[in-house]
Amino acid sequence: MGSYVPSTPAQRQQMLESMGLSSMEDLFRQLPEEVLLRRPLNIPSGCCEMEALGKMETMAAKNTVFSSIFRGAGAYDHYIPAIVKSVTSKEEFLTAYTPYQAEISQGVLQSIFEYQTMICQLTAMDVSNASVYDGATAAAEAAAMCRDRRRTVTYASAACRPMTLRVLETYCFSAGTPLVLIPEKEGRTDLEALKELMDPAAAACVYLEQPNFYGQLEEMEKAAGIAHQAGAKFIAGCNPISLGILTPPGEYGADIAVGEGQPLGLPLSFGGPYLGFMAAKSALTRKLPGRIVGETTDVDGKRAFVLTLQAREQHIRREKASSNICSNQALCAMTAAVYLSAMGAQGLAQAAALSMSKAHYLAAELEKIPGFQRKHQGEFFHEFVTGSPIEPEALMKSLEKEGILGGLPLNGAYKGCILWCCTEKNTKAQIDRLVSIVKEVAEK
Amino acid sequence: MKLIFERSIQGRGCAILPPCDVPVTSLPEAMVRKEPPKLPQVGEIDLSRHYTQLMKQTHGVNDGFYPLGSCTMKYNPRVNEEAAALPGFRRIHPLQPEETVQGCLEVLVTAEELLCEITGMDRMTFQPAAGAHGELTGLLLIKAYHHHRQDTARTKILVPDSAHGTNPASAAMAGYQVVSIPSGPDGCVDVEALRKAAGPDTAGLMLTNPNTVGLFDRNILEITQIVHEAGGLCYYDGANLNAVMGIARPGDMGFDVVHLNLHKTFSTPHGGGGPGSGPVGCKELLVPYLPIPLAQRDGAGGYRLDWDRPLTIGAVKDFYGNFLVVARALTYILTLGREGIPEAAENAVLNCNYLMTRLKDVYDMAFDTGCMHEFVITLARQKKELGVTAMDVAKGLLDHGIHPPTMYFPLIVEEALMVEPTETESRETLDEAAEAFHEIYRTALSDPELLHQSPLHTPVRRLDEVAAARNPRLQYHFPD
Repeated sequence: MGSYVPSTPAQRQQMLESMGLSSMEDLFRQLPEEVLLRRPLNIPSGCCEMEALGKMETMAAKNTVFSSIFRGAGAYDHYIPAIVKSVTSKEEFLTAYTPYQAEISQGVLQSIFEYQTMICQLTAMDVSNASVYDGATAAAEAAAMCRDRRRTVTYASAACRPMTLRVLETYCFSAGTPLVLIPEKEGRTDLEALKELMDPAAAACVYLEQPNFYGQLEEMEKAAGIAHQAGAKFIAGCNPISLGILTPPGEYGADIAVGEGQPLGLPLSFGGPYLGFMAAKSALTRKLPGRIVGETTDVDGKRAFVLTLQAREQHIRREKASSNICSNQALCAMTAAVYLSAMGAQGLAQAAALSMSKAHYLAAELEKIPGFQRKHQGEFFHEFVTGSPIEPEALMKSLEKEGILGGLPLNGAYKGCILWCCTEKNTKAQIDRLVSIVKEVAEK
Repeated sequence: MKLIFERSIQGRGCAILPPCDVPVTSLPEAMVRKEPPKLPQVGEIDLSRHYTQLMKQTHGVNDGFYPLGSCTMKYNPRVNEEAAALPGFRRIHPLQPEETVQGCLEVLVTAEELLCEITGMDRMTFQPAAGAHGELTGLLLIKAYHHHRQDTARTKILVPDSAHGTNPASAAMAGYQVVSIPSGPDGCVDVEALRKAAGPDTAGLMLTNPNTVGLFDRNILEITQIVHEAGGLCYYDGANLNAVMGIARPGDMGFDVVHLNLHKTFSTPHGGGGPGSGPVGCKELLVPYLPIPLAQRDGAGGYRLDWDRPLTIGAVKDFYGNFLVVARALTYILTLGREGIPEAAENAVLNCNYLMTRLKDVYDMAFDTGCMHEFVITLARQKKELGVTAMDVAKGLLDHGIHPPTMYFPLIVEEALMVEPTETESRETLDEAAEAFHEIYRTALSDPELLHQSPLHTPVRRLDEVAAARNPRLQYHFPD
């Protein structure tokens, strides 16, 4: 069996004897007899490192790794620069805890401070926290920041990602507050309907995504105006890569900007760990959940960084805290910071422009095939919805045989439609091949 | 040292992406960003050296002893990292068709089955991303359970005063009022106080066992029974499971729902504050409310995701949780297996008692009985007699290359230092640590001022935290 206990059996016995004990059982005398398991766990015997890795490899081998991916819907296959993995696998970063002891944690603290700065730059907001679990929980935490005794209602667009809406719904159930869905019209949020829906006495916040689930670009400034008109806050859920070229939330009136940071250098990883980023206007600083790193000096006057504004947090405020969050996604935040540093503003804009251009090229090519017309006519970023003359699942199966993960078959009102995505990784050759297979299958 | 922004040189950068091979599209002017974000302009060598310097100013478990109480800073095996880095896990899109992710689903189902046996639970979700997130999820299961039974008068969650801060914070987030249950002089739950507090408005109790002073609550069966008789449910905070895994199970202590911290008990790295993983297991009565989707066997030798759960609380996170963290933990559980799991618990308790015994001659223990996986020192006497505080001792340890214990927690102990050595430390490391503690004690007697000045040999020294909070500088101010 495997073990990470370094003390030898002889040492263990000596240690026991040094305390006047004779066996390991003596150490558990505090436990009442009735709760002792008194039998071996019904799990397999342990094994050595080589065998354990072998078992994991066997499981990993049962998954299909696609060489060409045209599916997004919340997880995006962007190129990850080599430096990103090499930095974030350094053992010091990997194996440290939350940087409570600032004197020996400057590396982690400074990296978070740099991350916060980059998120503020990206979103054009005033203040960022050290991250939360993912984009969906970031949206839910942002909504919680906006609620008070009087203002309790969260408005979220039906054009948001379905999983984000589910998480928002669960968090609203948790807080016992209402969630109102704003209807979607032609792939975008129906802002006229929003105007009608808003309750100026109880509206806490309005949440829209940019781009939205269907890849469409929303009229964010107008939506922010409607929210503010009713005294509510406006929360923007942003794709961080798109911010390389799109107007940032700070410039269209968002009070809080959140998003899924996965596109910033994190692998697909079957859905996690990812990264929730959160940035706000300065007036909301003390309502932000989670860790925040600030700059200060040490006793010698040297610049240093420290966890700060902790009076918001659970370990100080307990039930009065702004959130229960303790662990965040620090290493993922560092990943994003390394990614953004390697890319620079120019590289980020390039990733955004490439993704968008390839998606538009794919859309144009697909539209040449009868039945694959785009469902929405608005501007889009790197995702779009088409119809399909054949059953989407059957089409996907044909693509999978060719090593291609095609677009996502949609459900509900969009049953029979497909949500396609491109990133800079999709070459023209890949796109052309995809289109020719789609054409072949559709014309069969 | 310099910030990455201070290394930035106009015009410098890395060549990462190719030119565009399709027609370039552009957006309407109104949607286009006017000012580029001020991101660093650095070469790869700048970036590499910058983070190497940051690395040198970071203390991880793999750098030295890290007895941070309640955090179970055990060694993070490298093979776990290798397993998590397999392309068959890393490069899998979460929305791939089920037949192409059978290996990922097998990881989730296998981890669930093993951890259910270890905890005595019936089903488990891996969606929660951290311990506190697991607490919220578990409380929502309790809330959904009562709601479904139309039992809406249950508005209170009972939490011992020794609990982690996340417990009351999670209860508040779940819409509950928190009732604090005092600890008795023995550091355990005051059973009579609990009996008085439990009633028709009790939704549940949250408890860590062993508790935060490192003691196993002997009255655990009575405690869970009192709550059950009042109609409430019992929540087990798994932060301290390392002390008893394979020896005793929360399910057998009367708990209905538990969360685990895979990043503590099951050896996955903390990453400087995350990502973690806080799976929640529950007994049959709460299974209908578990979040969606839930991975399970399909009855034909394969695996599938179950989305059709009408009573579900919904989703607490995107997709299926921090999957790669689960893959690491599974590697660990497979490695240790039936024999290694209890062996780890035994040695965690052995190491803890050994270190406590070695320190008892000069340090006062908050509860001077045998401990489980952690013990709490109180510096109340030294503070009074010598002016030396828990903070001073902690900072003194920094100069010995030791990460200090958790300071000023639990709140029920004055000048507390909470020490958790874990099983992966050798006897020699514990002996060296004991010697460091002793040396600090001698310094406290001979030259307390020196301890007030500590640390002297770290990259930075004590920080002005008050200034940081009073005048927050939360991002770099770029020169105009």
